[in-house]
Amino acid sequence: MTDHFLLMALFAFFVSLVFAVLMRDDVREQVRLGSMMFGAFIAAALVLGWIMLPFPL
Amino acid sequence: MILGWMASKSSTAERARAGAEPGVLAAICAAAWLVPGAGHLWLGRRQKGLVFLLALPAMFLIGLALDGRIFPFEFSEPLVGLAAVADLGIGLPWFFAHMLEAGAGVVTSATYEYGNTFLIVCGLLNFLVILDAFDIAMGRK
Repeated sequence: MTDHFLLMALFAFFVSLVFAVLMRDDVREQVRLGSMMFGAFIAAALVLGWIMLPFPL
Repeated sequence: MILGWMASKSSTAERARAGAEPGVLAAICAAAWLVPGAGHLWLGRRQKGLVFLLALPAMFLIGLALDGRIFPFEFSEPLVGLAAVADLGIGLPWFFAHMLEAGAGVVTSATYEYGNTFLIVCGLLNFLVILDAFDIAMGRK
């Protein structure tokens, strides 16, 4: 598996999962925080990827 | 219901007090380091413990499968040394990987850096998990 986006999404999933479980005690809050983190990871990667598109100039 | 809730709270507090003894505290931290999630399981936080027990070793295995490298303790190159410390954070899986001579790393692989990231981050996350178990054992959480 060499799909960079999938690997990044997999990484984002695991990190979001562990952080959400660490930081919240209630399952619903864990799901909420984990989803938000995962979404933020993906969004940040897409935005940064888009910004870096012209490089190398 | 209130009595039941109070009983469960007090049993958690009792576990925390027992954990606050230095020897037990050290044992909890050592267990949490060696087996990710073991500290939480020991302290009765079953859901959290199971998630850590499954997620962190899975990240380590994915890192190895992606041709990541388990870095050697070479502090002449600080980043390599620090990466080695981070790798060691995962505990027993690190020792198993060494015994099986896994984690040599394939620099030419397209997924080499991804593998390294998985290996390093799972170790660092386990350090956070150990600190969380420590806080629970001290009765702070």
